[in-house]
Amino acid sequence: MHGSGIPIWFFIGVLLLIYGGMIFGYGIYEWQTASYPPLVQLTELHTPVWWGGVLALLGLLYVVKFRPRRAGK
Amino acid sequence: MFGLVPASHAAGSLGSLPALLAFSTEPLAHLRLLDIFVIAIYFVMVIWIGFYLKGRSNTSEEFFMAGREMTAWIAGLSFVSANLGSLELMGWAGSAYQYGILATHWYWVGAIPAMLFLGLVMMPFYYVCKTHSVPGYLDLRYGGAARSVAAFSFAAEMILMSGVNMFAMAVVMKVVLGWDISFSIFVSSIAVAIYVGLGGLRSAIFNEVLQFVLIWGGALLVPILGLVQAGGVGGLKKQIMANMQSVTGVHGDSYFHLWRDTGSFAANPMGVHWTGIVFGLGFVISFGYWTTDFLVVQRVLAAHNLRAARMAPIIASFFKMAVPFIVILPGLLGLVLLQNNDGSRRQLVGEDVVAACTVSSASGQVEDSSACSAAMAKTTLPAEYQQKVLSAAPDSELHSYNQALPLMMVRYLGPGLLGLGITALIAGFMSGMAGNVSAFSTVWTYDIYKPLINKKGSDSHYVLVGRLSILIGVAVSIGAAYLVMHAHGIMDYVQALFSIFVAPLLGTILFGMFWKRATAPAGFLGLLLGIVFSASLFMWVKLVPAALANVALSPDAKPMAENVFRALWAFLFTAIVVIVVSLLTKPRPVAELEGLVYGATKLPTEEPVPFYRNEYMWAILVVVIFAALNIIFW
Repeated sequence: MHGSGIPIWFFIGVLLLIYGGMIFGYGIYEWQTASYPPLVQLTELHTPVWWGGVLALLGLLYVVKFRPRRAGK
Repeated sequence: MFGLVPASHAAGSLGSLPALLAFSTEPLAHLRLLDIFVIAIYFVMVIWIGFYLKGRSNTSEEFFMAGREMTAWIAGLSFVSANLGSLELMGWAGSAYQYGILATHWYWVGAIPAMLFLGLVMMPFYYVCKTHSVPGYLDLRYGGAARSVAAFSFAAEMILMSGVNMFAMAVVMKVVLGWDISFSIFVSSIAVAIYVGLGGLRSAIFNEVLQFVLIWGGALLVPILGLVQAGGVGGLKKQIMANMQSVTGVHGDSYFHLWRDTGSFAANPMGVHWTGIVFGLGFVISFGYWTTDFLVVQRVLAAHNLRAARMAPIIASFFKMAVPFIVILPGLLGLVLLQNNDGSRRQLVGEDVVAACTVSSASGQVEDSSACSAAMAKTTLPAEYQQKVLSAAPDSELHSYNQALPLMMVRYLGPGLLGLGITALIAGFMSGMAGNVSAFSTVWTYDIYKPLINKKGSDSHYVLVGRLSILIGVAVSIGAAYLVMHAHGIMDYVQALFSIFVAPLLGTILFGMFWKRATAPAGFLGLLLGIVFSASLFMWVKLVPAALANVALSPDAKPMAENVFRALWAFLFTAIVVIVVSLLTKPRPVAELEGLVYGATKLPTEEPVPFYRNEYMWAILVVVIFAALNIIFW
């Protein structure tokens, strides 16, 4: 976003961080308790863990890089 | 919004949606608490963005044009996101299931050349003349009459399409999740009304970028996991080659070729000819949509300088070329991976077949077994399965092509991830609707209210009108959604609006922009008569289905071919009208065409930039990738 204010990338980072954290956390719980949803395929790949991790990392990167106090510079 | 989904295709896939409301079968998926949280957080975020941006949408330039301060990346992502509606995602995944990668034409040849043309050739004129809208450009070039025709037709199209899409999306939510129709309609449309009404175009653009990221974050896993299970691209190809001819009657190899089988209408499952794809889709429909549809052009007009405005469609074209990965590939994977509960291969069918086999919630039996039997006879469903459907046996439900993507999501996405996938679909719908209402608001305020109703309002008055028009636009859209629910015959007509208007508008604007001799009466008559001609062709085929062979020039043509050829004829008709009338009337002095017409405009010189920031360098890269993709999948 051009001009002052919070950049859109910060909003995106926040959302990805929240989503990634939630999904990663659930993935760890699922893995530990082996309580996989019955009809979902390829649960052995532990998709929520790595995909949640990717989203959270990406979100963290954007939050740090585009946090509001830097956007004003 | 349907964007480039041809009307007949959209109608064919969605026309029987109202009948699906009678479904008594279980929804495809049940959301867990985590999924609900994911969806709820999304709604909180988009509404919060609207409130946050309210303070930066006080002037008309801020509210309608986002202050013209978007970077190329923001404008570009918003540009492609406004077109990436959830119905396109599901509709084209379903088309890929039916026709293979032929459906990719609507993402590649049906988009990329036009996007580059907009960025490199047309954008300077739109940008230099500082118009607020596409009808506004017609006003400057041809005068108020042409502007009014374009403005009224565009405003009606936006609102009605928004309503139809709202309804179609609500039906999808009912079928997939079991959600109440009215709940889906009101929650999503009120959210859009709040964030666009408060923050204007800036808020719509902000959210479209956010939605674009969510669409990828939610949908990208499906092709990745599908490819893992299918054994990679090689495994997918092998399975389709081995199975498809016996099941669908189409040679499996045809599913992987873009151009090879388009030499005749009968040689490919889509029933189209390459001339229709190149000239009808690749030129008229595609250029008409991407270069003259204000819904998308408005995003680029919000760029902070001319170079950003030119770069935006070029950046968008990279992402557009990648969209088939999350749309077409899941459709192809669905062909070989989707299974019934007993482990047999699940075959999807048309919406008409699903509707014909509706099970009565009262009796638990198929409502009209003879109609169901007749509908299934046209499919390649195994006889044994047809018997199960007719007897309404457990696990014998039918699913339509359009459900290919949701079914694939349900197959691979567990709690949390499924919520993200559903959020992607909702985000796609809301980005399209926000595009509709923000474009409607601008056209209503600048091209209808200001010139025709109140010319002397203050700036704040027009902002107020803009905000109110968003609320009214959403309310009318909701009304249109309920109208379609109760009189679904009008759905086909509403969905055809885009394809009826697009070709005449393109012809009028191209001649206006590139031919100094084009006159005001020619612009007005070309647009008006072109629309009448295009609508007449549509009605001809609607009333006399056999006329399709005349419009598309072949008895083997299928509905997909109708739209591309109708657009081609309407464009040629408009061109003839504009040329003839121009030659018979007096042109404007060239001096008055400064900033509006090629050859009469001195374009601003741009500051030299390093090669990696030069729009031509990136455009060349797009062309190379585009050519390579078409050769690889020839």
